[in-house]
Amino acid sequence: MSFLIGENMTGGYGAADILHDCTIAVEKGEIAVIVGPNGAGKSTAMKAVFGMLNLRQGMVRLDGQDITSLSPQDRVAAGMGFVPQTANVFTSMTVRENLEMGAYLRTDDFSDTIETVLGLFPILAEKAAQPAGELSGGQRQQVAVGRALMTKPSVLMLDEPTAGVSPIVMDELFDKILEVAATGIAILMVEQNAKQALNIADKGYVLVQGRNRFTDTGQALLADPDVRKSFLGG
Amino acid sequence: MTDILNAFVLLSNFVLIPGLAYGSQLALGALGVTLIYAVLRFSNFAHGDLMAFGAMCTILVTWGFQAIGITAGPLPTALLALPFGIMGAIALSLVFDRTVYRFYRARRAPPVVFVIASVGVMFMINGIVRVIIGPGDQRFADGERFVVRARDFKEWAELSEGLTIRTTQAITVIVAIVVVIALFRFLNHSRMGKAMRAYSDNEDLALLSGINPDKVVFYTWVIAAALATIAGTLYGLDKSFKPFTYFQLLLPIFASAIVGGIGNPVGAIAGGFVIAFSEVTVTYAYKKFLGYLAPGGMAPDGLVQLLSTDYKFAVSFVILVLVLLIRPTGLFRGKVI
Repeated sequence: MSFLIGENMTGGYGAADILHDCTIAVEKGEIAVIVGPNGAGKSTAMKAVFGMLNLRQGMVRLDGQDITSLSPQDRVAAGMGFVPQTANVFTSMTVRENLEMGAYLRTDDFSDTIETVLGLFPILAEKAAQPAGELSGGQRQQVAVGRALMTKPSVLMLDEPTAGVSPIVMDELFDKILEVAATGIAILMVEQNAKQALNIADKGYVLVQGRNRFTDTGQALLADPDVRKSFLGG
Repeated sequence: MTDILNAFVLLSNFVLIPGLAYGSQLALGALGVTLIYAVLRFSNFAHGDLMAFGAMCTILVTWGFQAIGITAGPLPTALLALPFGIMGAIALSLVFDRTVYRFYRARRAPPVVFVIASVGVMFMINGIVRVIIGPGDQRFADGERFVVRARDFKEWAELSEGLTIRTTQAITVIVAIVVVIALFRFLNHSRMGKAMRAYSDNEDLALLSGINPDKVVFYTWVIAAALATIAGTLYGLDKSFKPFTYFQLLLPIFASAIVGGIGNPVGAIAGGFVIAFSEVTVTYAYKKFLGYLAPGGMAPDGLVQLLSTDYKFAVSFVILVLVLLIRPTGLFRGKVI
């Protein structure tokens, strides 16, 4: 029984289905990566797990609880953190305020969580009083991840966290993601940079046209000649 | 030297002080417009008439207080009645939000639909105010009329020009400063204020963070209505209360919000003073002022007035058009309408 699992998900935004019997699962402290060609439904699968689209079939379970009917907001309260691909920070607000907004649902004192997040992302501690809109792309992504961590989620979902950042920043971000996973949080992410992402992944899902094509550990997928040939460029 | 001082006193009487007072009124009005735009994402054309409605409520309560003999001593009684006027305007705003705007919000209607709906609301408030208090001029200022009287100042400073500061002008500026400080403290330091800014910045992410949109909308109307009532009452105290003038105020208020950068509270304040001082300086007749400064015999014969006061609304219109053409985001990088 996986910690978070979207099981046999079928559904889409309108009448036509994008996902077909697709299953995505992740364990605590592990990183699961969804890869695949453009239009494979990677982000859609992630959004389905987060409740941002209606499933016609299948269910989503978190820690054994059926959460299929919960709204995204309720899923945040249930312990899921989500980092959208774009517009994932409050650009006009300072880094610290962004983190505070991430903790909006919390009624307890969350100053220690802010310190933890700033400890994880030291560059943000330096820029805590600066508007998030003035930061570089990589720093913004750190703010976005930090904001999602403020609810102390048990699952963190990242939609293409390295989109549009330089290779060096990408490596840094992946390091940070590994650090977050090491704290016992389950991480589910969609990635364009398939090779690098599978490298750090405990589990990889290769989707094609909304269906599971290959599912294995990250290393096994990297070693699989079929996967290499069709998705990783040889 | 005395000539320069005389010229300066003259200028403060007719440009500086009236400009400051009018600018404060515009700034408070523009703050309301800019808040609604930032959070609810539409230009609220009913804001001018909301000011009239809030001011009307204040006036009615003021008359009640005056009738039973409650006054604020040297200060206008209207200041005591202001909280009641604010409550009236908040109630009206919330009624219109429930009955009109919420319907369109649920459908995620485009902003232009909200704007047109607000024009409808404007006409309704317009009618309500005229039915209740009538279309005519109402005076409700009482208490001490002047803080500094021309005659006292002349004797004290031994100048031929006397400085005049009316109580309403001083109150306008002081109240505006207090309100703006309170508003900025709320927006920057309170949990709800930050939630409002977050909702304005990125609605989807705000929802994702668990911010309750209904609460944000509620507080936005409460604050906008309070600002409108304060601005409307101060304007009414300073000039006089006539429903139609509040409809006319809509243009300078929107010009202020847009010149400053709509959606940006600092911009609304700056825009208010830019518009106010432009109107006042362009329509002031400088004949006497130059008479003091010009060397003997070179005083101008004409009025040296750039525009007749009848055209004062054209000033804000021209500035508005220029800003939209040259710098659509306004002085403080607001949003583009």
